[in-house]
Amino acid sequence: MLKILVFLIGMNADRITEKLNILADAAKYDVSCASSGSKRKNENKGLGNASNGICHTYTEDGRCVSLLKILLTNHCIFDCAYCVSRKSNDIKRAAFTVQEVVDLTINFYRRNYIEGLFLSSGIFYNADYTMERLVRIAKKLRTEHKFNGYIHLKSIPGASDELMREAGLYADRLSVNLEMPTEEGLKLLAPDKNRQDMIQPMNFLKKEIIQRTEEKALFKKAPQFAPAGQSTQVIIGATPENDQQILYTANHFYKNFNLKRVYYSGYVPVLSDSRLPALNTSVPMVRENRLYQADWLMRFYGFHVSEIVDQHNPHLDLDIDPKLGWALRNLQAFPIDINKADLQLILRVPGIGVQSAQKIVSARMFGKLNWEQLKKIGIAVNRAKYFITCNSNSFERRDLTGTAIKQYILSQSQSKYIKAATTQLNLF
Amino acid sequence: MTTLIYDGTFEGLLTAVFEIYERKLSYVKIRKGEWLSTALFEDVLQIYTDSNRAARVLKGLQQKLSNEGMKRLYIAHLADMDDEDSMLVGYIRYVFDSPHNVEEDYGNKYVLRLSEMVRMVRREKHRMEAFIRFQELADTTFYSAIEPDFNVLPLLSRHFKDRYTDQKWIIYDLKRNYGLYYDLHDVQCIALDFSTSSPSNVISAFSENEGLYQRLWQNYFKSVNIPARKNTKLHMRHIPKRYWRHLTEKF
Ligand code: SF4
Repeated sequence: MLKILVFLIGMNADRITEKLNILADAAKYDVSCASSGSKRKNENKGLGNASNGICHTYTEDGRCVSLLKILLTNHCIFDCAYCVSRKSNDIKRAAFTVQEVVDLTINFYRRNYIEGLFLSSGIFYNADYTMERLVRIAKKLRTEHKFNGYIHLKSIPGASDELMREAGLYADRLSVNLEMPTEEGLKLLAPDKNRQDMIQPMNFLKKEIIQRTEEKALFKKAPQFAPAGQSTQVIIGATPENDQQILYTANHFYKNFNLKRVYYSGYVPVLSDSRLPALNTSVPMVRENRLYQADWLMRFYGFHVSEIVDQHNPHLDLDIDPKLGWALRNLQAFPIDINKADLQLILRVPGIGVQSAQKIVSARMFGKLNWEQLKKIGIAVNRAKYFITCNSNSFERRDLTGTAIKQYILSQSQSKYIKAATTQLNLF
Repeated sequence: MTTLIYDGTFEGLLTAVFEIYERKLSYVKIRKGEWLSTALFEDVLQIYTDSNRAARVLKGLQQKLSNEGMKRLYIAHLADMDDEDSMLVGYIRYVFDSPHNVEEDYGNKYVLRLSEMVRMVRREKHRMEAFIRFQELADTTFYSAIEPDFNVLPLLSRHFKDRYTDQKWIIYDLKRNYGLYYDLHDVQCIALDFSTSSPSNVISAFSENEGLYQRLWQNYFKSVNIPARKNTKLHMRHIPKRYWRHLTEKF
């Protein structure tokens, strides 16, 4: 009797391990893993909170692991060309039960492995049927287990408003992936999907989030609704869009849908298909990194998208970061005096990040800053020096052309640049 | 040059500052520990911690620094970094000798160094919040061992208390040989006696499912890797090797 029991537990462990392998593997191409932006507290003496955005570990490719990111199932009725789970792909399929996802989440969370759950799914049966399962898991975690950790649900395109509303009551963040930067790209690679099925729930969420936030301001007891907002992801390099198209799309969604984040996912060639880049194409990691840098310039550095890319420069320069690119195209704006210029201007200097810029503005109240002090504050002097003046008497060349500056900077920091290029989100 | 020797406490440090001003010392070094006879030929001054004197210095500091500034000074000292006490004394003297609040005067070497120290400590605190891995013991307590570079345990208490209210847990600093224990109500300091049994014996009684979840996590860690994007350098920068010993996914 005991032997049989042990055998059953053993089998169960193997089965759950296999499911986890399949369904984590299938989910990993969704790059977003952020767990920030929510302020869910642990007020019910329950388990966890969602206010920190911690990366608990890093994959061997250097990406942050913050959430248990899995698919509920990789069965799918659609046939998107870029996706490993597509219907026509001959792979092993698996599906978790609701309880299995709940147990994994709780037990990983208690051991401090994760900040919470990022759940998405292939579409089985139809959109609502799938979405209903996802919502049920979130509901169970919140109500039966008093779980206050982070929950990100990926909405199934075409799910009903009713389910989206319920999802928002339990999830911290909801996302609808645009998948391709343009409608044409989507038509080409995901013929079963249509852009309207994505935009409609995004619109619904945007309105609902605004309305609920107003309610919450009036009535403290009003329930939270997707407190970490909504995000989306676009795949880069599977279709021929240029960076200008991609960044304008991102800008459009930031402005009109109040998105918290747009994620850019360099296409990883996993399938052979005449519509897709060949299998031996390398992942466009440098380009992906440049797009994130450009995205940061728009969100934190006060740049307008048209300053970063335009008709004459539809692609971001892969050799240099987009801020340096902008500065070289706008040499007439420099040099600026670090001891006088506005914070907004200092933020635009290559080699100076947000923190250093703020430190400069604080420190210069105590006396004019020189090169040595600027270096100590943490700015990259070898890049910034072409664009600023400070408290110094030594002779500095000011007659260099943009091309010359670029050459100097590249030759001085070649190795660093190559490193920086593969460092996602580690900027300037 | 006078070498001050103090007991390592924050109060001791403040008492030392008091002595410096009272005796009008200008060039000083300060270090923790006992007065040793080998230092016989140096100009050495043993500081005896005096809470009245410390309180007077503290009050003076509070008039010159913001609350945040006080906190940063305290954290930098608590961190227990090697050979940084002289910097801290230099910082305190600079604060007293300046007519106004200088805590953001990053052009000054002491102010800048303090901000670096605080940044290092906070980074380690965040790393611990991320890298602590609990193992469930048979009595349902969740146990974790750490060996941080700096003394960050006191800074971790709140985070873990807020997060894990409904489970008992222990976080133990093996390097400094003390830990925090949360018993579902409060957090207390504890010291475990590893002298008679090795740490691995003390924690041998894992819960029934502990092994399963560790394996699942290790599997998960492998599954999410994308070999086509491999970047070992970046990986190592995010998780320096010295932390691996206590990371379940690196067992
Ligand atoms: S609907 Fe989603 S899971 Fe299904 S094939 Fe398309 S991208 Fe893959």
